[in-house]
Amino acid sequence: MTDAYIYDAVRTPRGKGKKDGTLHEVTAVRLSAIALNALKERNNLDGHAVEDVIWGNVTQVGEQGACLARSAVLYSDLDERIPGVSINRFCASGLEAVNMAANQVKGGAGDGYIAGGVESMSRVPMGMDGGAIAADPFLAMKAYFVPQGISADIIATEFGFSRDDCDTYAVESQKRAAAARADGRFKAIIPVKDQNGLEIMSEDQMIRETTMQTLGGLNPSFKAMGEVMPGFDAVALLKYPHLERINHVHHAGNSSGIADGSAAILIGNKEFGERHGLKPRARVKATSKVGTDPTIMLTGPVPATERVLQAAGMDFGDIDLFEVNEAFASVVLRFIQAFDADTNKVNVNGGAIAMGHPLGGTGAMILSALLDEMERSDKETGLATLCIGSGMGAATILERV
Amino acid sequence: MADFHYSVDADGVATITWDVPNKSMNVLSYDALRELDAHIDTVLADDAVKGAIITSAKKDFAGGMDLNVIAQMKNDAGDNPAKGLFDGVMGMHGVLRKIERAGMDPKTNKGGKPIVAALPGIALGIGLEIPLACHRIIAADNPKAKIGLPEIMVGIFPGAGGTTRLVRKMGAMAAAPFLLEGKTVSPDKAKAAGLIDEVVAPDELQARAKEWVLNATDADIVKPWDAKGYKMPGGAPYHPAGFQTFVGAAAMIHGKTNGVYPAAKALLAAVYEGAMVPFDDALRVECRWFVNVLMNPSSSAMIRSLFINKQALEKGAVRPKDVADQSVQKVGVLGAGMMGAGIALVSAMAGMEVVLIDQTQEAADRGKAYSEGYLDKGIARKKATPEKKEAVLSAITATTDLEALKGADLIIEAVFEDVGVKAEMTKKVEAVVGTDCIYATNTSTLPITELAKASERPDQFIGIHFFSPVERMMLVEIIKGKETGPRAVAKALDYVRQIRKTPIVVNDARFFYCNRCIIPYINEGMRMVGEGVSPALVEGAAKLLGFPVGPLQLVDETSIDLGVKIAKATKAAMGDDYPDAAVDDIIFWMADEGRLGRKANAGFYDYDDKGKRAGLWEGLEGKFPHADDQPDLTEVKHRLMMAQVLEAVRALEEGVLEDIREGDVGAILAWGFAPWSGGPFSWLDMIGADKAVEICDSLTAEYGARFTTPALLRDLADKGETFYGRFDTAQDAA
Repeated sequence: MTDAYIYDAVRTPRGKGKKDGTLHEVTAVRLSAIALNALKERNNLDGHAVEDVIWGNVTQVGEQGACLARSAVLYSDLDERIPGVSINRFCASGLEAVNMAANQVKGGAGDGYIAGGVESMSRVPMGMDGGAIAADPFLAMKAYFVPQGISADIIATEFGFSRDDCDTYAVESQKRAAAARADGRFKAIIPVKDQNGLEIMSEDQMIRETTMQTLGGLNPSFKAMGEVMPGFDAVALLKYPHLERINHVHHAGNSSGIADGSAAILIGNKEFGERHGLKPRARVKATSKVGTDPTIMLTGPVPATERVLQAAGMDFGDIDLFEVNEAFASVVLRFIQAFDADTNKVNVNGGAIAMGHPLGGTGAMILSALLDEMERSDKETGLATLCIGSGMGAATILERV
Repeated sequence: MADFHYSVDADGVATITWDVPNKSMNVLSYDALRELDAHIDTVLADDAVKGAIITSAKKDFAGGMDLNVIAQMKNDAGDNPAKGLFDGVMGMHGVLRKIERAGMDPKTNKGGKPIVAALPGIALGIGLEIPLACHRIIAADNPKAKIGLPEIMVGIFPGAGGTTRLVRKMGAMAAAPFLLEGKTVSPDKAKAAGLIDEVVAPDELQARAKEWVLNATDADIVKPWDAKGYKMPGGAPYHPAGFQTFVGAAAMIHGKTNGVYPAAKALLAAVYEGAMVPFDDALRVECRWFVNVLMNPSSSAMIRSLFINKQALEKGAVRPKDVADQSVQKVGVLGAGMMGAGIALVSAMAGMEVVLIDQTQEAADRGKAYSEGYLDKGIARKKATPEKKEAVLSAITATTDLEALKGADLIIEAVFEDVGVKAEMTKKVEAVVGTDCIYATNTSTLPITELAKASERPDQFIGIHFFSPVERMMLVEIIKGKETGPRAVAKALDYVRQIRKTPIVVNDARFFYCNRCIIPYINEGMRMVGEGVSPALVEGAAKLLGFPVGPLQLVDETSIDLGVKIAKATKAAMGDDYPDAAVDDIIFWMADEGRLGRKANAGFYDYDDKGKRAGLWEGLEGKFPHADDQPDLTEVKHRLMMAQVLEAVRALEEGVLEDIREGDVGAILAWGFAPWSGGPFSWLDMIGADKAVEICDSLTAEYGARFTTPALLRDLADKGETFYGRFDTAQDAA
């Protein structure tokens, strides 16, 4: 089978995904086009250069509606003969886009693809697209639906992570991200500029110094909805009857931040690189996606990792670096616990707790962070994985060439 | 004989009067629906008729649907009962929708005839769903009348448009207490809530209804949902406000029902799906979910136990037929402790003269004061009046003087649970009361036949086992001793009818019926803790089975020392056959640790200063560490379930239970046995005797003889029969 290579990876800085965030003024389609244009310029992608733009995006309504991928292509400098497809695998959309593109290339359906994603959470708030899983009583009850924050707290309760464990992890994430930014390790970052070439933003906005004391002062975010109105804990306990109660440990400081941002990755086979005069940076060794219990919801990285390792014919110990999306502290703690992973190999440059989690874009962002760090520290193999809403997981293994 | 009568007055107003012959309360039957339909046709066809009033000739409008209609629809459809139900229910929608649209032009909404519902009193279930289809609902100001849609209480939901209309009228949030909790209210509260439109003085009801019909305009009779631009109050599911409501409702209902009640789920699904489509589509959606519930064995079982059989027992299904009315005039209650005080209260509330006896005047007064406190609370919550309090208190004589018992026709003894003490009491009191007085003992553990030995008249001696708290618990277990005669049984049953509770009658045996089943449930829970099963899993499994309280919480409520006492007594009685040594290890230890249950603010659970349950006691794990390998949830559920239902089967085999209906109804009312299942026998029928035997055999192999398959159950499995197939004495109604 043909190999699929990553030739380039770019991402915008992540802005705070609220009205006071720096990227709030930038439309989602422009934010997308900025990443697409950067790839085009850096890699000479003139004409009908790629088969498709596979674009991860979660809340596909309003300005993110009506196939944002195609809108972004038309908004950008790419040739109009390049189509676009928006995909939604919730938080892993950006990674899923890459995986789909890589697998298309491997299967021979074209030489080159752009894959990535975007989310402007400040402009199109999460949840605006409704969703039967939460509101349709038949489905909500069949799936024992609870919101993600409750799920993260179930993980903490079920696998024994205390508030202190989660806060300790969050402080470390902030420390690592700050150090990485100071050291200029995020090579993939491209500045966001306006239509006149004036810079709007060039560095991640949300990283902040924090301490256990500061985090200790924050109230748990999901306690009220769990215990009082409407009482999601009761639903969780129907699924996890051996737990007496849910320990609510997550809050704004040890959960991923709401963010704006986009990321794009250029994927192709050997011929694609030769045609454009590009040097491959890494091979997409294997990909995976799994479904898991929708109630605890966010444990997907563990089976997704097991599956991708199996697909790659590798052992956990064969992987040098891991990016595990920091949706919530307990998600990463569970990953480390399940594999008894070396914490010095996991999220070495921080993650979404520090930098934010622009839903549709994050998967491609953590893959670019992985690739940058593999090159910087001269490591051979890396694995990126994300937990996913409704109980799924996705993973990708990269191998340097 | 017709259920509906039709007349037209000189002003052209038709009156359709509901008056089911030979019944005190109107209920809607299959044929009556057709009659109503024909009358509506007449109203709409007759040019001389300007409009119509639908009302009742009785003091109430209607109590609901004759649930046999459902069985009839199913049976009529032969091998496709779902189709029969669907067509039948859609037919009902057709009639009500005809009333609602009243012949108006479908495009202009003009030219319809006003139809008003005039409710003299109670209007429940279909008795409110018909009015909801009318253009206006006017009720007589009758504070005793209850208005509402209580269907959910028997395992179904309002399926004749009540669900769809109420949600569209009030919004999902406001309709929730009426639909999901079956809340019923007085006419003034119904008006305040928007359930009905108008409340008038009873003698003005018909005149006001007629006046409204004569003055109604075209616009007055168009329902909001049939008018242009209708928006659901509170928002449909995918409007921002509505979304929160629906997400919250699904979670709340799921949690509150522990996921075991199909009717609540289906109701909510009907509301959600219906909210997104036009009204007629919404009725069809409602119908599909309603049929889905009716086809669910849980609903059939709930209707059978909680409605049909409960009512049958209350109406004397097991009362000796040839004994004359034994209504109690004067009751003597011996012992003014918690049970005696409660018995005095419910008796006086039912209008009986009560003599409450205790050893000291102070104790007797304290017992009477319990009634006072109860009624004061009721007055504060507007559930009682000062007049009622006065009447109740003046009916209770608190005294130490046994002579005051003269003239009593029923004695209920509720003194200390000791054979000697009770025997002495029996002798003393029988010396005072008349020879025809029935003597009942309220005991939960002592054999009636044994206690009857102290009596001069053992045929007039009987057990009446109340549950605590007396005023709240709806079941009364009547126990026949060996020599108890039919008049004593009739007396006890008539008394229970007077205090408006549900009776079951069982024969004398250790722990009678209810405690015989409850004790193994509690014991199985404690036994598992002793084995190293996590207590949270034990309690969680019980909740998932639909038990209101887990076994460990239950033993905390009833107290650990009572458990110890029962264990010791049972051991003494059974000797070497005593099977529960493993349970003793834990309960005796708990008692030694001073963890006596809720009353001690310390038991299997911790309690805060106010006595509120906090969480499972962590100290338990020190003594009984959790095993590394925790059992499968299903296994825990099977153990908790079988521990109880096998006792029920054995009680039937041994003749302690004479009627499975009593076994099912009693279990639900006495200890909250998984109401969704319809009771132990219904549950066994639901899973099938085959499957039950399989579970028993597997549990026996793993955990021992207490799970041995009873011969009766094995026989049913061998022959492919069910309990209700073999033993049901009533006709199959649902």
